Amino acid sequence: MSYLPSSPYSSGPRSRGQEPQGAATREIPLISYRGVGKSFNGKVVLEGIDLDVYQGETLVILGRSGSGKTVMTSMLVGLNRPDTGSITVAGKEIMELKTDSDWREIRLQTGYLFQGSALYDSMTVGENVAFPMIQHTGWKEEEIARRVQEKLAQVGLEEAEGQEPAALSGGMQRRAALARSLALDPQIIIYDEPTAGLDPITGDEITHLIRRLQETLKVTSIIVSHDLNLTQQVADRLGLIYQGRMVFLGTFAEFLKSPHEEARRFLHEPQEDGA
Amino acid sequence: MQDTFFYRAGHRVMAFIDYMGELALFFQEACRTLPHPPWFLREVIAQMYHLGVKSFPLVAVASFAVGLVLAMQGITVLKMFGATNYIATSVCFTFVRGLGPLLAGIMLASRGGSGIGAELGSMRVTSQIDALTVSAVNPMKYLVVTRVLACMLISPLLAVAANLIGILGGMLVGVFQVGITPTYYYTLTIKYLTLKDVLPGIGKTVVFGMIVGIVGCFHGYNTEHGTFGVGQSTKTAVVAAIMLILISDVILTKLTLLLWP
Repeated sequence: MSYLPSSPYSSGPRSRGQEPQGAATREIPLISYRGVGKSFNGKVVLEGIDLDVYQGETLVILGRSGSGKTVMTSMLVGLNRPDTGSITVAGKEIMELKTDSDWREIRLQTGYLFQGSALYDSMTVGENVAFPMIQHTGWKEEEIARRVQEKLAQVGLEEAEGQEPAALSGGMQRRAALARSLALDPQIIIYDEPTAGLDPITGDEITHLIRRLQETLKVTSIIVSHDLNLTQQVADRLGLIYQGRMVFLGTFAEFLKSPHEEARRFLHEPQEDGA
Repeated sequence: MQDTFFYRAGHRVMAFIDYMGELALFFQEACRTLPHPPWFLREVIAQMYHLGVKSFPLVAVASFAVGLVLAMQGITVLKMFGATNYIATSVCFTFVRGLGPLLAGIMLASRGGSGIGAELGSMRVTSQIDALTVSAVNPMKYLVVTRVLACMLISPLLAVAANLIGILGGMLVGVFQVGITPTYYYTLTIKYLTLKDVLPGIGKTVVFGMIVGIVGCFHGYNTEHGTFGVGQSTKTAVVAAIMLILISDVILTKLTLLLWP
């Protein structure tokens, strides 16, 4: 039984008479999935995904480990390619993007926080944050240094600029990686399991940080997670992926009332870390 | 059927051809990024330091030791013909025409190739390569092209160093064991030496450097199965690079002898 409305345009909170927590602009979707499917070695991971994400909205994609949540978001930056369907990001059809230069604009507008942080080991934290600026802007050294400090301050890591990633705790690595993904002031931020593998207190700190960034930056955020605490605190809407399909899309309040078996299971059974 | 010698030999040959094809495609993909900026010249220089300069002590020790052994063994043969003085020419030609470049290539593969395989392998399994991609930085260009270029540029310099240090090792044996004066040893070393002897050897090292870079990057870049895979990539990168250097050395030596007899 699917709780996904037939038209994703009518699935937003406004159509259900509920306003989102964030300042989402509902008229035109910034990101649209239409009938997206993906298989790996004959195993269907995603099937018929329809979804709209609006400007300024924070959407959480929930699902069990291996349900295809990360695959779904990684398509937005070209790390995976849909087998079927189409995805548009800011009006650009990603199926038409072939080369790195085609992808450049979308990638520069998108910050991506990887589950394992993916900080460059050979660089310090400051160099990690500076790296996108050095590669894509003509800013002078002093300007880059100032902006690196600013980004690190946003995530509360000013003192870690000269440290190597390996010397940081898991939570600090996650924050440093977040500072790097903010380096070019992206319009979209994708968080892949931002609290996975962290203790509850550090997980809460990351949750508060995401919420604070939402309030200050007002960017569009997609969060892949299985963390209900995080979802409750930051989500304007959430989508639940089950067996490659989106079986629920709505607000957290609606999710709590959802009779769908997987939603009930998600609410009442502890989830393991993973994508 | 599957246990027969010919079946297994044929299977190995097919696997080798398949592997060479994959390497060629990987190389082609790297080359395709070359015409478009940025070219990451700073990264190339940094990699030349990491891969080349740091390999120098290894090349120096190996060349010096081989130079000593070559001279000691050579003297016993030359003694039979009463031509011990020609140990200088013998060591010089052996190094310059083949051994020096080969030693430089193998040492670069051992140190640099393993380093590249391990670094790119761990970057792959920790999503750092994906992080480059989503930062709109082409990892093929930033990681692969820079390392291959660095290997190609540094290996001729390592070969020159290997030649000089190997000849120095031979000189020590000539001076202290045979009693040749250093000046006379030097004269005998360069007396018959021409650019025709030196340049093909140095030229070969550019190919050796390319092999080390491409093989190391290929295995590192395509690492799978977590940290276990990193170990496998590192090991395979070194073994495959050394094997390909030896095979290409045979082909290139034959080719240079045909072109410049």
